[in-house]
This record gives sequence, C-alpha cells and structure tokens, in this order.
Amino acid sequence: MTKEEIREAIYNIISEIVPDEDLNNLDDNETIRDQIELDSMDFLDIVLELRKRYKANVPEEDYPKLATINSCVEYLEPKLKDL
Amino acid sequence: MSGIAAGIRLAYYDKKVCIIEKHYRAGGLNSYYNLNGRIFDCGLHAITNFVPKGQKKAPLTKLLKQLKLKYEDFGLCEQKSSSINFPEVSLRFSNNFELLNQEISDKFPSQKENFQRFHKHILQFDELDLNPNSSPGLARKVVSSFISDPLLVEMLLCPLSYYGSAKENDMDFDQFVIMFKSIFLEGFARPEEGVKKIINVLLKKYRECEGELRLKTGAKRINISNGKVCSVTLENGDILETKKILSSAGYVETMELAGEKISPDDGRIGKLSFVEIIYVLDQTPAKLGCDKSIIFYNDSEKFTYQKPDEIVDLSSGVICCSNNFCFDSPLKDGIIRATHMANFDLWDGLKQEEYQTQKNIWQKKSLEKLLTIIPEFSPSIVFIDMFTPKTIKRFTGHFGGAVYGTPYKIKNGQTPIKNLFICGTDQGFLGIIGSMLSGISMANLHAMN
Repeated sequence: MTKEEIREAIYNIISEIVPDEDLNNLDDNETIRDQIELDSMDFLDIVLELRKRYKANVPEEDYPKLATINSCVEYLEPKLKDL
Repeated sequence: MSGIAAGIRLAYYDKKVCIIEKHYRAGGLNSYYNLNGRIFDCGLHAITNFVPKGQKKAPLTKLLKQLKLKYEDFGLCEQKSSSINFPEVSLRFSNNFELLNQEISDKFPSQKENFQRFHKHILQFDELDLNPNSSPGLARKVVSSFISDPLLVEMLLCPLSYYGSAKENDMDFDQFVIMFKSIFLEGFARPEEGVKKIINVLLKKYRECEGELRLKTGAKRINISNGKVCSVTLENGDILETKKILSSAGYVETMELAGEKISPDDGRIGKLSFVEIIYVLDQTPAKLGCDKSIIFYNDSEKFTYQKPDEIVDLSSGVICCSNNFCFDSPLKDGIIRATHMANFDLWDGLKQEEYQTQKNIWQKKSLEKLLTIIPEFSPSIVFIDMFTPKTIKRFTGHFGGAVYGTPYKIKNGQTPIKNLFICGTDQGFLGIIGSMLSGISMANLHAMN
C-alpha cells in the first residue's frame, strides 16, 4: 500500500467507528483525539480493525504512534508496504 | 448477556470463541420462559441506561457501537414515570431528570442546593475506573456528606439498591454512581417484546460473527495445569481445550469450578435474593388506575436492605407495571410484577409440599400489601406466577440465589488464575446494559491479544 492508500484506509476505519463525527476538517498533523470524540474503546477498535483488515499488529506500547493521522501513516507504512 | 456480548466482540475480531450455556435458552439471569401460552421475562422490569439516539459518552451508545448494532435494534420504549414511595412523602421521577429535581425542590426545599451540588459531584465521578485499588468509600457516607436530610438519603438509596446492589444496607460509592446515572440521569425503557428481543439481537449478531454457541452444555470443572487454565470438562464428560476463559458464572461459582472449596457460609457469597410475583390481568394497569411504570415503596423512614430474618420481607418492594411504557402497540395482557427481599436459606430448606404452601401464603400477603399502594386489581387477575430464591439458584447457578452476585466486585476481572477472567455482575457494572458492557470491557482488556 502507498502512503496515500494507508491514509485513506485509516480514514475509512475511523469514519466507520465514529460515523457521526465530521472528518473533513481533520488536521493530519494534530492529535486525532483532540479533534474528534474518540474514547479509549473507539481507539482500541482502530487497532483491532487494522489487524482484522490488513493483518497489521500494533502492540500496546506502540499506541502513542497512532496519535495523529500522519504518525499513523508513518508507523504503518513498513507494516503494510507489501499489501 | 455479558458472555454473549464478550463473545460477539471476540468473534467479530476473528477469535475462535465457544460459549457454553447450561440451559436450553441463552440470557442467564435475564432470560425468559414460556408458561401457560405466554412468554414471561425472568427478572426484567426495565432496562436502565436509556438515552436518546446518538447521545455521546452514554453506556448504551458505547455498547451499540462496540457490538456494531443499530439504536433501533433493541426496540427500546421509554417509561412513563415512576416513583419512590415512603410514608408521608413520595418522589416522582422520569427519564427527564428535571422532574426529580423539581420534586426534591418541592418536597425537600432545604435540600435543593445540596442535591444540585451532589448532582455535580456525580457528573464528575469516574465510576468506570477499572483500577481495583481506587476506593471511593461507601455510598451512605458520601451521600450524607452532601445531603443533610436522612430521609432523602434513604429515598435515593432505595431504588438504586433494589436494582443492583449486592451489598447489604449500603453500596460502594462507585456502584451507587453507576446506578444513579443509569436510573435518574438516563432512565428506564423496555422493548415491547421484553428481554427476548435483546437476547435474539445478540445471538443473531454472534452467529453472524461465526461464534459457536452450545446450549444445554454445563461446565463441570475448569481444569488447571501449572497454575493456568488448560481446558473445561463439560457435564457430559467432553473436554474443551482453551487458551483463555471468560466466565460469567459469578466469581465464587467460577472459583468453585476451578477447584476451590467454597463453604455455604463463605463471606463472598451475596446475601440478597428476592421473590417475584407476576400477575397477568385482563385489562391494563392504567385502566385500573395505576399509571406508574415502576414504584419503589418502603414502609418506614429508614430503608433496610438486607437478607430478612423472615422468609419474605414485605416492608419494602418494587412494583412494575410492564404496560406503562410508551409502546407503539399495547401489550396483549395487563402485567403487574412485585418484588420483595427474601431469605434463600429458609426457602431452600422447605420440603416440596411446604414450599408450595409458603408460595401461596406469601403471594397472598404480597397482594394485600400491594393493594395498600396501588388501586384494587385483584378481580382482573387471570394468571399468577411466582418465583423464589430457590428458583433463582436453579436457573442462575448463583450460590444463595444471590441475584446481584458477590458484594466484593472484581473490577479488573482478574482471578488468582492468570488466564481465567470473570465478566458480568461480579465484575461490577450493573444492569443489563452494564452487564453487556462488562463482557465487552473484559474481552477488550484480557482476550484481544
């Protein structure tokens, strides 16, 4: 997957987990949870969806690396590059 | 229910899950049964935690999101209004918190500001903290530090205890907050079809996620090897190997399955059990003059919530008129349910014939009591069913017929055995929505890796 595809995949996952949130104005460099309503259960679902859809395992100690959209893309790129 | 909710989460995220259920029907404490051509809910009066669609941060909203269900799936219909009746004073409340606020201002004018401060304190309190070391203290003490009229303290404790407390005469404050939010700040609702609707929605989802469900499959023993669970021996002798167990059988009950010797007077066994009498009427309670959804009554200024010395304690109780919810179409029958505290050991010690006699005696006494609280309805009764603590023990497996399980909740779900976890009532989230959230939280915390 390219960076752009990964970015789109993350947006798709978030929009399904919190369908009522408007993601159009999300700043990719800002912490996601500061911009939209996303509790710890929702956050866990992002991690679980990444595993379910793309077999990408994110260990708990790496959760901080999923803070912003851009940091997600950077972190996931090596894990998803062969997909 | 906590077990099915946990199962849905795990199966959805591709874990291999098998739910074993002793009975031929799922649902546990909150299941349903067929009798005399009708379907009765076992225990459900109302679902607490009702909020309108889309209400952020609410347990119901979280639950639906976690189980990938739609708001409409449960078909929840709101209550009309309910009340807490003590001698000389009663407080009405509904799913609009303003009504309770107004009632308290009218009937306890000196407590108006105290109650507002207390309300703020409740809103700021994190009752879902899973840290077992955080101790918020006991409810009577905390509530009394805000509210100086002891009668109001008792009146608030009455419904919250009845609908979820496993502790005698007090509650842990975090449990009080869960109940306060779920009943007073959120509210009561029922599906038109009763609890069957919710169980069927859960089972359908679980099957869609390809989870396996084995009914009529009781667990006989949890097998431990090198301090870890390795398998479960079923009542039919089969052995299921497993990496992890989430048990919704209750904490003490689970530990007994895992080989611990539990004596009947073990302090961890809950003491609170109930009798329930269900009246089927040939007309609606509203036509007979009773328009309340649920009435909590208590005979004196002090509310006693404990295992009674007598076989049944009629000095307090809960009366539920199942028809008095905002259903789209009216229920076929009029239904009134009455709940009172009861003594498990005394019921359990009766011989079969005497058991039936006592049921008849206490059903009549309960009816007499009810008629001092709600208008006459006995000429309209077409059918009566009653269950006792013994029935609760038989169908839930809870020692002592303890409806709300152990008074010592295990908030993080951990047991001394490292891959054996508990969920449901004994984990400590209360009510139907709470029990499902408990299953979800414990599955997320302990079984997703």
